[in-house]
Amino acid sequence: MLYDVTIDGKNYRLDLNHAEGRWSCRLDGRELEVDAVLARPDVLSLRIGNMAYEVKSERVANDLHLWIGSARFAVEVRDPRSLRGRARSGDERGPRKITAPMPGKVVRVMVREGDEVETGGGVAVVEAMKMQNEIKSPKKGTVRKITVREGATVNAGDVLAIVE
Amino acid sequence: MFNKILIANRGEIAVRVLRACHEMGIAAVAVYSDVDRAALHVRKADEAYPIGAAAASESYLNIGKILDVASRSGADAIHPGYGFLSENAKFAQACADAGVKFIGPTPAAMDAMGSKTRARQAMERAGVPCVPGTSRGVESFEQAEQVAARIGYPVMLKAAAGGGGKGMRLVHEPVQLKSALEAARSEAERSFGDSEVYIEKAIANPRHIEMQVLADEHGNIVYLGERECSLQRRHQKVLEEAPSPIVDPDMRRRMGEVAVRVARAAAYTNAGTVEFLVDQQENDQQKNFYFLEMNTRLQVEHPVTELITGLDLVHLQIRIAAGEKLPFRQEDVQLRGHAIECRIYAEDPDNNYFPSPGKITLLLAPSGPGIRRDSGMYEGWNVPIDYDPLLAKLIGYGTDRNQAIARLNRALSEYFVGGIKTNISLFRRILRDADFCAAKLDTGFLDRMLQQLPNDPVDSRAAEVAAVAAGMFAALGATSSGKGISGACTTEAEHHASNWSSAGRREALR
Repeated sequence: MLYDVTIDGKNYRLDLNHAEGRWSCRLDGRELEVDAVLARPDVLSLRIGNMAYEVKSERVANDLHLWIGSARFAVEVRDPRSLRGRARSGDERGPRKITAPMPGKVVRVMVREGDEVETGGGVAVVEAMKMQNEIKSPKKGTVRKITVREGATVNAGDVLAIVE
Repeated sequence: MFNKILIANRGEIAVRVLRACHEMGIAAVAVYSDVDRAALHVRKADEAYPIGAAAASESYLNIGKILDVASRSGADAIHPGYGFLSENAKFAQACADAGVKFIGPTPAAMDAMGSKTRARQAMERAGVPCVPGTSRGVESFEQAEQVAARIGYPVMLKAAAGGGGKGMRLVHEPVQLKSALEAARSEAERSFGDSEVYIEKAIANPRHIEMQVLADEHGNIVYLGERECSLQRRHQKVLEEAPSPIVDPDMRRRMGEVAVRVARAAAYTNAGTVEFLVDQQENDQQKNFYFLEMNTRLQVEHPVTELITGLDLVHLQIRIAAGEKLPFRQEDVQLRGHAIECRIYAEDPDNNYFPSPGKITLLLAPSGPGIRRDSGMYEGWNVPIDYDPLLAKLIGYGTDRNQAIARLNRALSEYFVGGIKTNISLFRRILRDADFCAAKLDTGFLDRMLQQLPNDPVDSRAAEVAAVAAGMFAALGATSSGKGISGACTTEAEHHASNWSSAGRREALR
């Protein structure tokens, strides 16, 4: 089984197979001796050689992170066969959804549809636990759509606006 | 002794008090707001009553609703925890009027300490050292100018009704005074409905050290040693320890005796804390301590005192409220070892410590020697957006400070809270900081530490481990979201991707 894995922006090709109770593993062509036990959902006990790791998996909205000890890594895993011809959703040129990073209340929408925003420009203010947080645009572009109103309650991952 | 205690609070402190009730054979009554039905304190209670909407004013701050539950449940006492109604003299009075025992001081003692200027006046009369300044609110800008000139800049403007850093302004030079006074007044008016502001000399980088006292209703008062609370962000405590590394037995005795005098002057009963500012000049052994204020409640950080004294403060609070005498005398109080508490908050260290509510998808909790964990969270629980972000307290205990630090470091590496952000990584930084380990602490410590970039060496091996683990998770098809691990797919292709990966999974597991 082939995987394209991106760890904090760096790409790896992983070939992982399981047969007769044993794993075989090639990372970027290098053979590694590995074995793994899923201790419980989201917790993997992993051995590479004789080194032992407890790896935690965390997904918030569409972001996936793995924790090795206290180090956190942003992770994307793709099966290369499923990707043929598909444009990546996070493409710099395409429309970008701006999502709420935490549940809260939209106290202010700072832009109108059609406005130009800079990278890092404020789009909305979300309040949670008595604190206000400005949600910024991840890219320069035009506000195509605003999908929330002031006063609305949002969950983590809810789309606030789309910038193109 | 009481048969049934209502706990007028939520979160970890409600669980803490509830545990003490159960240890003493007392039934525990929980109250909860609409968003707290699934909270841990409700799960653990013997009885639980809904008291209204999420907004605290509609529920945890609503005196009428809480007393109504007390009457319906037949509770004979109320423990207020900290925050919410714990320092509200009107609530304590309403409890007395309703014939329910308030586990805390009398309304009169709370009133005496509730206004910082009135407390200062009482303490000056009792001969307690106060920070130089005014003990009455300033009436005009001209008066403020004169006072500031007399005591010398920098000065601190403080709201008489204040707390939590609100209505406070540091003024370095005369030109800033006018606007700072106006700002402090309007903030005090907005936050507390009282614009009274007074002036104190600002002590540069003081230590914040507080003394725990216990007073029964028969005139016996003891002090239980100090807590060092100098590590603060935005005037909020982050980490506390006991004993303070700079307090020796002689200073402890002097501070303790002053604290007892403070409590006596206010006719104080039950558990309370006297806060002091301590100035320590470089190359100067002389340490002066000044009365700051008295907190008329159980403190968040009470566990560090419990660990080094071997006492259970909540048990003692309940016994005192039931009319019992203190079961020991001052000379029986012996401090042993060292304890440090980390306040685990739902906040994002990478985003200016912004609150991070949400669902806890994974919770791995530390245990082992010298570790105490007072927690209000559990895996699968949704941290609501409506309240203080304190999730839990992790407390390390050891024979000395170094062992307590080592145990906490170890426990923090075992602690994992997934799905929301927490400040656990902040404590790793603090506990490894050279100045912290050398006990060079003051209230400016955290701001200075946070201005430096974290010194986290990037381990390329760890990234490779993550790459292998990512594939393993995908092959084993195992993340809690049930989506498999097929990445950040947000388009229609997601379906294809997950079909592919489930096919791949079948393949891999065959």
